[in-house]
Amino acid sequence: MTEHTITLRVNGLEESRTVPSNQTLLSFLRDTLDLTGAKEGCGEGECGSCIVLVDDKPVNSCLMLAVEADGCSVTTIEGIGDASRLHPLQSAFLAHTAVQCGFCTPGMILAGLALLRENPSPTEAEIRSALSGNLCRCTGYRQIIDAVLAAAAAMRGEAARAPEEKTG
Amino acid sequence: MLLSRFEYAAARTVEEAVSRWGESPGAAYLAGGTDLLTQMRIGKRAPRLLIDIKRIDDLSAIRERTNGDLSIGAAVPLAAIAEHPIVRERYPLLAECCTRVGARPLRSRATMIGNICNASPAADTAVALLALDAEAAACGPSGSRAIRIADFFTGPGETSLLPGELVTEVVLPLAASGWRGAYFRLSRRRGMDLATVGVLVARSNGEDPGRHRVALASVAPTPLRVPEAEACLDRNGAAAAPRAAEIAREACRPITDLRGTAAYRREMVGVLVRRGAAALDRRTK
Ligand SMILES: Cc1cc2nc3c(=O)[nH]c(=O)nc-3n(C[C@H](O)[C@H](O)[C@H](O)COP(=O)(O)OP(=O)(O)OC[C@H]3O[C@@H](n4cnc5c(N)ncnc54)[C@H](O)[C@@H]3O)c2cc1C
Ligand code: FES
Ligand code: FES
Repeated sequence: MTEHTITLRVNGLEESRTVPSNQTLLSFLRDTLDLTGAKEGCGEGECGSCIVLVDDKPVNSCLMLAVEADGCSVTTIEGIGDASRLHPLQSAFLAHTAVQCGFCTPGMILAGLALLRENPSPTEAEIRSALSGNLCRCTGYRQIIDAVLAAAAAMRGEAARAPEEKTG
Repeated sequence: MLLSRFEYAAARTVEEAVSRWGESPGAAYLAGGTDLLTQMRIGKRAPRLLIDIKRIDDLSAIRERTNGDLSIGAAVPLAAIAEHPIVRERYPLLAECCTRVGARPLRSRATMIGNICNASPAADTAVALLALDAEAAACGPSGSRAIRIADFFTGPGETSLLPGELVTEVVLPLAASGWRGAYFRLSRRRGMDLATVGVLVARSNGEDPGRHRVALASVAPTPLRVPEAEACLDRNGAAAAPRAAEIAREACRPITDLRGTAAYRREMVGVLVRRGAAALDRRTK
């Protein structure tokens, strides 16, 4: 089977590796580079837990071959913030309890980030549409949508609004 | 890693892609891979070589020709088509149908031409291309030719492409820039599900004003137009909607599958044709 040497930027760092032609980008990130933020939920484009940005566009990394990423720039959840410097989306997900098991979270955040870069002031309907390829099996979508709305406001420089107390 | 073994080659020109295909029995062209890789994963297909066409510069652009026709290359992803200013202005029905495929991340990779080459009866972009009288250009081992979209689909997963033929572009005629209407699409959930029934109803405001188009997805072995229903609307406008709906119901040949029963699909074709005709009428008032 053919192997290919690919050179790409992952979270700003240049990586040059030899990959088998049948390795997915998701497997390359997780198994070769040890970036385990992107998850394999379904492996067939249905759940969005594998979403990363390739050349700033959101893609399902389970449906892309590593060799196809040659020359591209890839951003994973590890590249947007960490525990000491959270990205506004990450902070908003915590503030809005939009994370339970966390399996869907990296994909949700990257799909949300792709939206906010294109459209800094999305409506709730636009957020729902942008996240329609992401499944969450435990938190529920309300908190996630609220978190994206709050992050959008924070990224526009508006004062972060505390999540409303929910009663009952 | 669940994909079977295969070789991969990125072609740089159309000629290189076609000649690689000729040299390697069992090769498949790779566009966005959203159909191909999922089919390989479940073992439905096992090509020995994937010929990636996305590095072919000629296939990566949307270009206006000197006669005003619009050419969309085979490597252009759905998201780029839906966002393109000329597509939005002249062919809003195509932009709408492109946006109905999957979710945003899928559309970063999936191509429109992959959508029609995969030839699912549920292909969402097919109904718009049928309505807009689009034409595909194909290049294969025995030369180049044009194929009208009306002649493109021959059965579920089957097209009139000859072995090894690569679709290089789809051309939208300038004359089709006046078609306006809507694509009504029912699915089990709003995002990320193939259409259970899709119905596009359009009317021309440009060349040949007052003409209609009725195109259906997911209710026959191929996406199809219903010329008799169109003619009926041409003659009598929205007043003819019940009759046009009846004709469309008779023209479809739905099956029962996990997304819906044949009877439900047939019933909904009628409902959606009436809804589509009513929407056209609201639009002109
Ligand atoms: C989660 C998910 C959701 C989906 N939702 C929808 C939906 O809502 N509506 C819908 O219509 N489809 C849907 N699809 C199907 C698929 O995404 C589309 O059909 C897509 O447009 C295919 O394009 P591609 O570029 O990925 O094709 P590929 O997978 O690259 O190719 C598809 C087939 O066409 C051949 N091919 C590709 N390009 C050419 C060419 N230029 N010349 C000749 N042959 C070629 C390939 O060899 C292959 O057999 C969905 C798929 C997934 C995984
Ligand atoms: S793992 Fe890629 S979409 Fe589910
Ligand atoms: S938090 Fe568990 S899947 Fe979303």
